[in-house]
Amino acid sequence: MAGTLSAGDGRRAARLLAPAYLWLTLAVFLPLSAMLFFSFLTAAPFGDKPVEATLSNYRAFFETSTYALLLWKSIKLGLWVTGACILIGYPCALVLAKQIRGRAREALFLLVILPFWSNSLVRIFSWAIVLRGNGVLDRALDAVWPGDVRLALMFTPAAVVIGLVHSYLPYVILTSYLALQAIDDDIVEAARSLGARRLTILWRLVLPLSLPGLLAGAVLVFVPVVGSFMEPRILGGRFGTYYGTVIEDQFVAVFNWPLGAALSFILLAVVLLILGVSSPVLRRGMQ
Amino acid sequence: MAEVSVRGVTKRFGEMTALDDVSLDFVNGGFFALLGPSGSGKTTLLRVIAGFLFPDAGEVRIAGQPVERVPVEKREIGMMFQSYALFPNLSVAENVGFGLRTRKVPRAEERRRVGEALELVQLEGLGERKPKALSGGQRQRVALARAIVTNPKVLLLDEPLSALDKSLRVDMQIELKRIQREVGITTIFVTHDQEEALTLADRIGILREGRLVQAGPPREVYNAPVDAFTARFLGEANILPDILPEGARVALPSGMRAAAVRPEALRLTAEQPEDTDNILPGRLVQRVFAGSMATCVVDVAGVTWKVIDRDRDLPQLSDDAAVWLSWDTADTLPIAPG
Repeated sequence: MAGTLSAGDGRRAARLLAPAYLWLTLAVFLPLSAMLFFSFLTAAPFGDKPVEATLSNYRAFFETSTYALLLWKSIKLGLWVTGACILIGYPCALVLAKQIRGRAREALFLLVILPFWSNSLVRIFSWAIVLRGNGVLDRALDAVWPGDVRLALMFTPAAVVIGLVHSYLPYVILTSYLALQAIDDDIVEAARSLGARRLTILWRLVLPLSLPGLLAGAVLVFVPVVGSFMEPRILGGRFGTYYGTVIEDQFVAVFNWPLGAALSFILLAVVLLILGVSSPVLRRGMQ
Repeated sequence: MAEVSVRGVTKRFGEMTALDDVSLDFVNGGFFALLGPSGSGKTTLLRVIAGFLFPDAGEVRIAGQPVERVPVEKREIGMMFQSYALFPNLSVAENVGFGLRTRKVPRAEERRRVGEALELVQLEGLGERKPKALSGGQRQRVALARAIVTNPKVLLLDEPLSALDKSLRVDMQIELKRIQREVGITTIFVTHDQEEALTLADRIGILREGRLVQAGPPREVYNAPVDAFTARFLGEANILPDILPEGARVALPSGMRAAAVRPEALRLTAEQPEDTDNILPGRLVQRVFAGSMATCVVDVAGVTWKVIDRDRDLPQLSDDAAVWLSWDTADTLPIAPG
């Protein structure tokens, strides 16, 4: 019967898939299970201190409202950054896919994926130079704008959002571009021949048909941004305490790995929950 | 419904001239086929009439109004694409109703007109389906219904039947002709299939390298091609060589300098015929038997001639046999040398 694998095909598939699954097991599940194990301990089992099993690390999350508030702050950050990436990235992908042809498209593509090529620390410190008071941005505005301009974006939530949007924008552009590229030009022309204006075509045809790509990009941005710590720490200053930075502190500064691990798994659970709750919407969009 | 008139239209793409001073009239309610090989400019002409392209020079009028600078959205045309270009995220009814929705037709009227259009193309009851769930022929009908439901002034079809397989294509030709008659809409369609053009259209225009070579009713163009290209393109034609081989006898009508003969006008005999004005000696190269008729390839002094004749003398003939071709002077097609 078509669609089912014979025993021989199955064996061959298993042989071909084995390296990938082996790698996934080693690289993802083993470290993650180790972390899951740590999260139920009183201390990381590296020193001489006696180690016991406990739920206190998970209880810590619920004992004060601090962690929950920070998590909510991080989720809001994720929504802001995802929203900004969609608003900037989707029109960009639309122009790339439908308006520009040939070499100009290649050049613009290169610019889009440029953030991927630079080290993230370098990228973030570059933003710091641009955004700080009397920095590149302030001076440039001073030069063209009459009067004294003090944006002082550095060490504000806005700076964090700008840095994160810059880092994650390519995901939305690339996934949207691929989805838009797959839309036949005939479809747009057919709609025009039926009297549809640009906005109608965008709203009734192009957007619904490219929604799977847009949503995939949004998920790719939202999930890592909620757990991000580098951009908040460097660009956020005293506003820069987020859920991700607290987790980082547990591992790097406080050396309380079990608490860091427990907070990470709570984040994982919450992100999965959010995706799970929104999955009916996502799935409808993907169809 | 309206007449369409194209006057001196020229369209260039960079160095390439896609349309070169083309003038054509499309009568109200007529069914017009634009025929030509690929790269002849037929699709460009259709897109100029549709409004996807603006001509570099010349005039396009629909119902007497100059429209060469009116974009497609405002031209009130209906267009059917080779790929059908159905909207995959919308149902059949939403596809057909799309053009009514953009024109802000009330919902009740939209429902009624969509129903009528689906009935016209014999797809009643399939309105809720998605295009994915339709067969090729059904998709084509949806595309046609979508193009005509808005009562456009002119219906433009770009290679409408080329994506269908042969048997379905013949059915759809008949269907398309019926619908066009029923609606009475001025229809212009582009095709490279000469048989399709002859079957469907009541006028055809032949394009070559951006120029209009000939236009007229199919029978007229078929029986009186203006040049060798048209004669060969519209059906098959054997072009008479300038220097006739020994033993040939050709009675060219006065004033005619070059001529062609259709394969089906030729008779093939083993003996030299006595009672005819036009005879050519040749050598039988190949024959393909197809029921009552046979298609033969005959070498006439180094030039290949095609003959379609009843399977009369053929059984006795061996390959490479000397044969005679003959025809009546009335079947000699005058052509301009080219």
